[in-house]
Amino acid sequence: MNFALTAKQEMLQNLYREFADNEVAPLAAEIDETGEFPSETVRKMAELGILGLPFPKEYGGAGADTLSYAMAVEELSRVCASTGVIVSAHVSLGANPIYQFGTPEQKEKYLIPLCKGEKLGAFGLTEPNAGTDASNQQTIAVLNGDNYILNGSKIFITNGGKADTYIVMAATDPSKGLKGISAFIVEANIPGFTCGPKENKMGIRASSTTELIFQDCLVPKENLLGREGEGFKIAMQTLDGGRIGIAAQALGIAQGALEESIKYSKERQQFKKPIGAFQAIQWMIADMATEVEAARLLVYRAAWLKDNKKPFGQASAMAKLYAAEVAMKTTTKAVQVHGGYGYMKDYKVERFMRDAKITEIYEGTSEVQRMVIASTVLK
Amino acid sequence: MKIVVCVKQVPDTNDVKIDPKTGTLIRDGVPSIINPDDKNAIEEALVLKKEKGAVVTVLCMGPPQADFALREALGMGADEAILLSDRAFAGADTWATSYALSMAIKKVGDYDLIFCGRQAIDGDTAQVGPELAEIMDIPQVTYVRKIVSIDNKTAVVERAMEDGYEVIEVKMPAVLTAVKELNVPRYPTASGIVDAFDVKEVKLWTAADIQADPERLGLKGSYTQVKRTFAPPVKGAGKMLEGSVKEKALSLVQELKVKHVW
Ligand SMILES: Cc1cc2nc3c(=O)[nH]c(=O)nc-3n(C[C@H](O)[C@H](O)[C@H](O)COP(=O)(O)OP(=O)(O)OC[C@H]3O[C@@H](n4cnc5c(N)ncnc54)[C@H](O)[C@@H]3O)c2cc1C
Ligand SMILES: Cc1cc2nc3c(=O)[nH]c(=O)nc-3n(C[C@H](O)[C@H](O)[C@H](O)COP(=O)(O)OP(=O)(O)OC[C@H]3O[C@@H](n4cnc5c(N)ncnc54)[C@H](O)[C@@H]3O)c2cc1C
Repeated sequence: MNFALTAKQEMLQNLYREFADNEVAPLAAEIDETGEFPSETVRKMAELGILGLPFPKEYGGAGADTLSYAMAVEELSRVCASTGVIVSAHVSLGANPIYQFGTPEQKEKYLIPLCKGEKLGAFGLTEPNAGTDASNQQTIAVLNGDNYILNGSKIFITNGGKADTYIVMAATDPSKGLKGISAFIVEANIPGFTCGPKENKMGIRASSTTELIFQDCLVPKENLLGREGEGFKIAMQTLDGGRIGIAAQALGIAQGALEESIKYSKERQQFKKPIGAFQAIQWMIADMATEVEAARLLVYRAAWLKDNKKPFGQASAMAKLYAAEVAMKTTTKAVQVHGGYGYMKDYKVERFMRDAKITEIYEGTSEVQRMVIASTVLK
Repeated sequence: MKIVVCVKQVPDTNDVKIDPKTGTLIRDGVPSIINPDDKNAIEEALVLKKEKGAVVTVLCMGPPQADFALREALGMGADEAILLSDRAFAGADTWATSYALSMAIKKVGDYDLIFCGRQAIDGDTAQVGPELAEIMDIPQVTYVRKIVSIDNKTAVVERAMEDGYEVIEVKMPAVLTAVKELNVPRYPTASGIVDAFDVKEVKLWTAADIQADPERLGLKGSYTQVKRTFAPPVKGAGKMLEGSVKEKALSLVQELKVKHVW
């Protein structure tokens, strides 16, 4: 067993840290307030190869491993969870299904620009009536000559309105249930496809979340991803990997909250002492530090399993469940350590606490993670 | 055009503490970084790579761990890296360091330009660049803050001064030392870092490889020796005297008497 990062991973981690501290952190509070999508940051990340991290060089990726990718989402989320999820949705949900299931032509046309960061990716599974029960797809795709005609809508889609390439699930044969769902690569600019207005959210406010609306939208036949009827399988396998990204986001938020709490507990004086001298504060910090480290081990191990071509579905569900709950607990404690100041927008922990909540909801709620874990443990 | 950039790996002095007893740096747990001025030198070389098709070689004398600094330079876009590492180099002062670097650069051969940082943040002498130029008997410009023009024969550069700058034309090959005003160093890219480990290599050269005279290396080749290192005593706060010239003179005399200086 070896817990050390390789020199390559360490250098990549240095890069993410430096980039996060210098380029991302200074914007975080402002874009949280305004809800403005950080397009300039996305452009800079493209230049550094962050948008194609875990994909091979032949597709324009950086050729790094899953762990290096997870560390990128972690370090970005440590200072700005919105930036973290933009990367996670793009890489894990937008680009990865094409890498895993795409034809050579689809990879050439869609994966390469995604990896290079010339295009941004997104993934549409959730519908108003298909949340946790994702199989209840009401978006319909009907083959007509050289095109599928899509009708229906998706809700709460990350990178909606900003992405160029969407992976969209739709029922091609509703009579077949799970086996009647198919996956499509949908370009942003095709007729019949529009995005709704940006949702006004509690947290990750600079990430764009919108509805996707399909009205007689013509998707070329060759944009079917995988075979007809494989859509649900593709979606579930995509989410298995995506959970590592969101787990890393949760881990980063928790780490950020811990760091702020350590700093503050040394600075803030009450009763003529830094509050860190009080055992009550020390115990909170000790718990936070321990849980963050435990979350990190779970997240890194899930990534390691994926890199080593071992089954990682259970591990990524555990990592996502635990890291999300640690993010919520840690950020709540961080606000507590900051007292009244922590309730103010002038302090980062206020944002961290709002941002943490989403990690218990998207890419499968914590209840769903427990269902996934139980189904593998009890089988 | 062929450029050699001398890169030193240094402890990140932002994180460094001084041992109050010995006066030396506590290096334990302190991350090592590329010397900041050297990053400016690398950046400028990479700009010339893009503009003039220069080939950029980074060179470092240091312990085996300095491999990391060179890989980072490769990740930024340098073409080749050489690590000079040998027990024989241990204990080198700036002169012995410069001699070893000069022999390595001779082995690289065909160079048009040698770039150093102005100064290393640990040793802080700013001597290696100039000494290198003297040993190699080529011109040097220190404190370069801008390259105005450059080709294989001459370079026109701005040299930063305390109260302005000089414009200097220099014959190539030459040694230039970079200051931070020269540019903003780029980040390495993620794929650059992956290539730095998976595709590119760091060549390891020993004293024998550069055919150096053993008498001129390491402790033996050093004219200076460190007698003692210490943190300079903290200066007390100054005191401003108020009033007319006569009053100020009187209170000055008074103060000096109190301090037994008078
Ligand atoms: C900001 C944001 C971004 C998102 N981004 C994307 C995206 O990019 N792509 C995408 O496809 N989707 C996205 N989603 C959707 C997200 O994945 C869903 O919101 C989530 O899966 C939950 O679905 P729901 O909101 O319909 O909740 P519901 O399914 O209605 O769940 C409500 C509650 O019931 C619980 N519950 C439901 N069923 C069960 C059960 N069988 N057993 C126990 N408890 C159960 C849930 O855990 C939850 O607590 C995003 C959502 C948000 C808020
Ligand atoms: C392991 C080790 C042991 C040492 N032992 C001794 C000792 O026993 N006695 C002693 O007097 N000094 C010793 N030194 C100090 C050493 O002599 C100086 O650090 C070195 O000569 C550089 O001087 P400086 O740090 O002042 O750099 P400066 O002259 O300020 O550096 C200017 C520029 O020169 C280049 N440069 C400097 N050093 C290197 C290098 N090693 N490789 C590539 N480029 C370089 C860089 O471009 C740098 O920006 C030791 C250093 C090391 C790393």
